[in-house]
Amino acid sequence: MITALVIMALGAVVLGAALGYASIRFKVEGDPLVEKIEAILPQTQCGQCGYPGCKPYAAAISAGEAEINLCPPGGMDGVRKLADLLGREVKPLQAEEKPKQVAIIDEQTCIGCTLCIQACPVDAIVGAAKQMHTIIEPLCTGCELCVKPCPVECIHMQPIAENLDNWKWKYPVIEIKRAA
Amino acid sequence: MLAQLFGFKGGVKPQTNKTPSVQQPIGVAPLPPRLFVPLHQSIGGAPNPLVQAGERVRKGQLIGGADGWVSAAVHAPTSGTVLAIEQHVAAHPSGLPTLSVVIEADGLDEWIDRRLIDHRSLAPERVREILRDAGVVGLGGAAFPSHAKLTPARAVPVEHLVINGAECEPFMTCDDMLMRERAEEIVRGIAIFRDLLAARQVLIGIEDNKPEAIAAMQEAVRRLAEDYAVVGVPTRYPAGGAKQLIRVLTGKEVPASKRSTELGVQCFNVATVYTAYRALAHGEPVVSRIVTLTGNVRQPRNWDVRLGTPMCDVVALGAPMADTSCYLMGGPMMGFEIPDLAIPVVKATNCIIAGSPKLFPPNPPEMPCIRCGACAEACPHELQPFELYWFSRARNFGKTQEYHIFDCIECGCCSYVCPSHIPLVQYFRFAKSEIWSREREKNAADAAKARFELRNAREEREQAEKAERLAKAAAARTTERKVPSAGPVAPDGQPAVADFVAVSPTSDAEAIKKAAIAAAMERARAQRELAQPRNTEQLNAEQRRQIAAVEARRAAARAAPAVEPDIPSAVPASPPRVGE
Ligand code: SF4
Ligand code: SF4
Ligand code: SF4
Ligand code: SF4
Repeated sequence: MITALVIMALGAVVLGAALGYASIRFKVEGDPLVEKIEAILPQTQCGQCGYPGCKPYAAAISAGEAEINLCPPGGMDGVRKLADLLGREVKPLQAEEKPKQVAIIDEQTCIGCTLCIQACPVDAIVGAAKQMHTIIEPLCTGCELCVKPCPVECIHMQPIAENLDNWKWKYPVIEIKRAA
Repeated sequence: MLAQLFGFKGGVKPQTNKTPSVQQPIGVAPLPPRLFVPLHQSIGGAPNPLVQAGERVRKGQLIGGADGWVSAAVHAPTSGTVLAIEQHVAAHPSGLPTLSVVIEADGLDEWIDRRLIDHRSLAPERVREILRDAGVVGLGGAAFPSHAKLTPARAVPVEHLVINGAECEPFMTCDDMLMRERAEEIVRGIAIFRDLLAARQVLIGIEDNKPEAIAAMQEAVRRLAEDYAVVGVPTRYPAGGAKQLIRVLTGKEVPASKRSTELGVQCFNVATVYTAYRALAHGEPVVSRIVTLTGNVRQPRNWDVRLGTPMCDVVALGAPMADTSCYLMGGPMMGFEIPDLAIPVVKATNCIIAGSPKLFPPNPPEMPCIRCGACAEACPHELQPFELYWFSRARNFGKTQEYHIFDCIECGCCSYVCPSHIPLVQYFRFAKSEIWSREREKNAADAAKARFELRNAREEREQAEKAERLAKAAAARTTERKVPSAGPVAPDGQPAVADFVAVSPTSDAEAIKKAAIAAAMERARAQRELAQPRNTEQLNAEQRRQIAAVEARRAAARAAPAVEPDIPSAVPASPPRVGE
């Protein structure tokens, strides 16, 4: 009887020590959840979610302060992935989904005010004061932040058309229907 | 001399259907009135156009310069006039357009001055460059720039150079006919590749259902006193897959994660070797290729077709039968349906098959997978197609990658044997392109994030610097004021310090600020006045002419929808004035 108690007590002490050591030794640095959430967000940095960028939105989601369906550029796909990661319910997106687009500056109208450069979160616009400005298309995330500041309304958004570089094979069911 | 052969797993034996198209020798296709030469015909960078509309070109003239190392040049297939450089439907299953050079043939077919080159007299780097600029790419269908495969790996010497004449796809006979008719040139071409790679042994693999080609190649090897081994390999699809042929001839297994050079093997198609020989020994860049025209046509045959010839012109040579319902580019196993007969023949076009409902009956409806395992047995890469199918169908792309979807060569063996008629390859293509697209999006998102963070950091730094500057300036001004006012004594004998103390420090600082602002505004006004004459006034005649020319170009570019985003060259007439 006594031996049994001693063994149990000893076991408890040893295991407790092991657990305590493990919790110190394998402590996770930083907040991995925020990073995981941020990896899902599209990094458009447009602020349409109501936060000043994707990272703050990720932090808000992880803190439970924000819904997961606020990011229009991420689309339903993004909502689904977030729901998957966080074990939350999939909710319809709180805005309409738009095709991916890029901004185009009408170079004839541009007065070179540099306002759009200051608005662009990813430095996708080149130009200098009183010089024509232009957008580096591959860098543009399509966030639309440069459209409003332009005093002569020379920036518009253009959906990215399908081309040989972004073309995808369709889901086979569609193919079969088309062939019939 | 016959090497020991190894087997590869899986594979199927479809009906070959090769005899109809080998009854006649290779014919030279007539010159079409117009050619549409796509600039991007190989894997890698898209060549830049080097000609302009209205320019006269000669046959073999460079019209698209290679962009980067993995890229291959494009040439005019005949002499004539460049009509336009515009978007034209591409040789691609999507039917989307690609930038193409439209040439109106003048019928003279006049060559450029051809320079013959002895590859042994040049450094290997130079030979590789010449091959790139001659547009030599893999003509087996993949169109990978050949010169990029001709650099031996530093650590591993090239043991075997495998020359692929297997041609395992049903219907296709272009390599067969090439070997029968031009064996000697192929064998001479092999010498170039062997020297560039310093390969120890050359193995020429030909499926044993082509005895004439094997005989012709053996004969040529003997005549030229080379020590290449011409090996007949058992006929079984896909014996002509590079990895399968390497396995059969050398016993080496090339994993998906490695390139074959790392194992000391390199593999080229016979037609590629032939064009490399023509490029060096005759100075002829790749301007045509042999295309098998077969299937539901009255006169199946192989044709030497100029690149850029519209498919409809080629198809007409075979006199297709009335019930022809579709055309395939490539073989029936790996090819795709031609979306539009306006698409041109390109370097990757090895075969055009006219199809009819009788020849290719429509696929019976897809049934559920019964997990019979037939697909796994047929797969030459020892994959598990039914698992891949399951995960692709469910769009579970992470799992498909775990099951090595990128090892799949889309050979179609699995779809061929599936008793449930599941279009397995279509599912795999779908999954692969989804994965690629996600990869692209992920990379773009990462780049955007990095740029966003960089910008934020820069803004913070700039703000900190500005604050620091302001603080310094303010401090400097206070000491400036302090020093002179503390020193001299006021005329009435009172120390000036009292004077200074009497003035409240805040109102003093404000006054300084106000004065500074006023001064700045004054400066700005002066500058504005100074800069009043706008840069478009007071121009000399030359500048006016330049501006007019630019405006005219702009108008022209706008009128004709520009093919490329044309950045108007806004040349300021006077040096730019940046900021005020
Ligand atoms: S809406 Fe989406 S893309 Fe835009 S800032 Fe918010 S999380 Fe980023
Ligand atoms: S160019 Fe405009 S739309 Fe594009 S990323 Fe910058 S601000 Fe956004
Ligand atoms: S052959 Fe077809 S039915 Fe059989 S396991 Fe493969 S996919 Fe399923
Ligand atoms: S298509 Fe892919 S999965 Fe199917 S047999 Fe060929 S390699 Fe295997």
